[in-house]
Amino acid sequence: MNLCTTSRLRCAAVSIAAAMFGLSTATHAADLTVYTALEADQIKPYKAAFEKANPGINILWVRDSTGIITAKLLAEKANPKADVVMGLAATSLMLLQKEGMLMPYASAGLDKVDAKMRDPAASPEWVGMDVWASAFCVNTIESSKKNLPEPASWADLTKPVYQGQIAMPNPASSGTGFLMVSAWLQLFGWDGGWKYMDELHKNIAAYTHSGSKPCRQAAAGEYAIGLSFEYRANKTKKGGAPISIVLPKEGLGWDMEAIGIMKTTKEVEAAKKLADWAATPEANKLYAENFAIVALPGIASSMEFVQGDIDKMLIKNDFAWAAENRDKILAEWSKRYDGKSEPKN
Amino acid sequence: MATETLILPDHPAAVAPLRQKLGHDDWIMRGAVVALGLWLIITVLLPLWALLSKSFQAADGRFVGLANFQAYFASPALADSIWHSVWVSLLSTVICVLLAFVYAYGLTRTCMPGRGLFRIIAQIPILAPSLLPAISLVYLFGNQGLVKWMLFGASIYGPIGIVMGEVFWTFPHALIIITTALAISDARLYEAAEALRASPRRTFWTVTLPGARYGLISAVFVVFTLVITDFGVPKVIGGKFNVLATDIYKQVVGQQNFQIGAVVGLLLLLPAALAFVVDQLMQRRQLALLSARAVPYAPRPDATIDRAMLAICSLIAFAILVILGVSFFASIATFWPYNLTPSFKNFDFDMMDGGGWRSYFNSLVMAGLTALFGTAVIFTGAYLVEKTPRFRAVRGFVQFLALLPLAVPGLVLGLGYIFFFNNPANPLNFIYGTMAILVICTISHFYSVSHLTAVTALKQIDQEFETVSASLRVPFWRTFMRVTLPVCLPAVLDIAMYLFVNAMTTVSAVVFIYAPHTTLAAIAVLNMDDAGDVAPAAAMAMVVFATAAVTRAIYMLLTQGYLARAQMWRKR
Repeated sequence: MNLCTTSRLRCAAVSIAAAMFGLSTATHAADLTVYTALEADQIKPYKAAFEKANPGINILWVRDSTGIITAKLLAEKANPKADVVMGLAATSLMLLQKEGMLMPYASAGLDKVDAKMRDPAASPEWVGMDVWASAFCVNTIESSKKNLPEPASWADLTKPVYQGQIAMPNPASSGTGFLMVSAWLQLFGWDGGWKYMDELHKNIAAYTHSGSKPCRQAAAGEYAIGLSFEYRANKTKKGGAPISIVLPKEGLGWDMEAIGIMKTTKEVEAAKKLADWAATPEANKLYAENFAIVALPGIASSMEFVQGDIDKMLIKNDFAWAAENRDKILAEWSKRYDGKSEPKN
Repeated sequence: MATETLILPDHPAAVAPLRQKLGHDDWIMRGAVVALGLWLIITVLLPLWALLSKSFQAADGRFVGLANFQAYFASPALADSIWHSVWVSLLSTVICVLLAFVYAYGLTRTCMPGRGLFRIIAQIPILAPSLLPAISLVYLFGNQGLVKWMLFGASIYGPIGIVMGEVFWTFPHALIIITTALAISDARLYEAAEALRASPRRTFWTVTLPGARYGLISAVFVVFTLVITDFGVPKVIGGKFNVLATDIYKQVVGQQNFQIGAVVGLLLLLPAALAFVVDQLMQRRQLALLSARAVPYAPRPDATIDRAMLAICSLIAFAILVILGVSFFASIATFWPYNLTPSFKNFDFDMMDGGGWRSYFNSLVMAGLTALFGTAVIFTGAYLVEKTPRFRAVRGFVQFLALLPLAVPGLVLGLGYIFFFNNPANPLNFIYGTMAILVICTISHFYSVSHLTAVTALKQIDQEFETVSASLRVPFWRTFMRVTLPVCLPAVLDIAMYLFVNAMTTVSAVVFIYAPHTTLAAIAVLNMDDAGDVAPAAAMAMVVFATAAVTRAIYMLLTQGYLARAQMWRKR
């Protein structure tokens, strides 16, 4: 039973320990830790295109829902881990800006970016990438089975016929959820918005963690209607799901995905390169594969299944107001709807 | 000579075979025991201390007394979770222990056919992450569920789903404990009962049940602790039904509210600690139950009972297989429920949340390293604690530290690791975010059971080996390598196996400390389900299951072939 001598054991232990720690210290020319709320299926092409254009820089994504990435960034304020924040809601970036966590930097080519889609400040700290907007995913098979009419507006969703049929993202964790809540409060006013949500709450079967999940659940027939966003709706339908995509007629809630550099980054040059790249036509063409409206005007989008002029349907959105009141809105929302006992039906 | 032996027993030290001076070996062993103690202090005790102190601090580190606790209990939704957790855990425990008792009874006390197969099937849930049963339950009883009608209109999202999922997941744990309790019983008691003409029912209530009572109590506490601290099942299927374990996750991961997380963590520590204390007391009594004259009980065939037990056990085994099978079919269906043609589309993890296939390979590395280093540390540690001469106080303390993780739920340990290791002032801060911290945390999480396995095996070896070696001036490590380790090989492999499987499937501790490049497969299951990719989540859960199952199968073949030869010396 002489499996191994002590020295051989020790030798193996040392090399394995080296491998364990080596994993974490393997260095490229520059490792950029990028916090993002972009979808998992979007970040691969972005990373590939950027790294091809900027050899030697390696993006390490930390991906989660908007609310979680925002909370994480705020919690790490004393000791930030991120170098760049890319593909996070503009309302969240404005929050970081207010906390003084972002570095002023004007991306090369910033002047070509649509004026509505960048930080209006004299020394801008973030620049928009694309617009993402709310959309319903309605399962056609389940709707006809249950004789549900297709909803056309936000108001339709509160009809009793939809009781227990709707899934919606939790605004505390999901940016898609937050932009809806923010839209209702702006469309219907503060009191009117909460009254609307009280009514809607009666029909909601589940509040999900992620903004994509309601659409996927509608696609699988788990619930008839999923309140989600147009990228996920388009993509899910493309994947063969029996859904129709509805843009509510009162107007679409929306937010911008944007990029900003963390003030504390040690990889300043690499971070600036990413911020520059994010405003190039190449990058915008990639965004346009996923979204209808991108930061550079004149880049055509190719959303196969989303019908309608999204640009005209966006509500007039006061981002500063939304960012300012984010905490208050979420606290009120949680108080009213989170952690209520299980649904009655 | 005679006078000497008469005088010596008055002095406690004289009980030792030889009154020896501390030799070179003894000092090395003592040093190693102290080193092990320090290791356990750093990897178990200090993280717990960090958690405890955090619950009394504000976000900026100021001491605020009980303010966090007040804030927690002032929120009605959060306080509701306590009640939810308690009653769901109680219900799951009652159902699980009842089912496990019947099943164990069938395995140990009847002659029903197929007991070997039933034993294997019952182990299935241990090989999968706790998320797997929850996902399967969605496919079975969700709104598109295959057998949704069986719920008569009730929703699977909520307590019903949680209880069903937890019973599945904890069943093998209860079964192992109860089977052991039922297996050791004294046939003479049954002979006496028969001689006294006690009816079978009376025998059951007066002999069988009391004999197994410590096992039952132990199972109740183990299952209760597992359920109240598990968050995989309620996360997936809890719907709007909040429990403590999902609260802690939402507070910490969702809102980065570490203080409230620490408060909930302490609350979760209470039932687990209570269970631990009760279990320790029980075990002390259990020892007295079996006397040296006990005769092992051998069941006799009884057509009625055997058939009835076969029916019940088949039903339970069938339920286990169905739950596993549903996840399998969901994972290979192209687009559940509308397109059921088989495809591997759901295994394209790289296009989904959770880190893709890399998570799987990370898990393999993590589990492999945990098995390797964990077994080395734990077995050597158990050896030192058992065989170091004298040095009682320190050995006792180290033994306590080794058993402590048994009372610490994974979520709580993981949270403690954030507080302790992510502190920039900690010189060990550099391991935060590496594979090493995942391995260390997982070893600590599963330390106690492995330690107990090792101690049990070591106790079977006669102390004479050490005494003889010492008198022959053989250094202790040579005895360890040449005698102790080979003799204990079955236990060593058992420990490695246990660590590997648990490291593959665990979510609770590591969910707080994984980093972007150290994502793990079981956590990927959680994240994919969160993003609505339920079928790929089922697929990843199946990959984890298959890995654990194959490893287990290889292990069984090994134990039957190689070990049978290596352990030949035990026979005459």
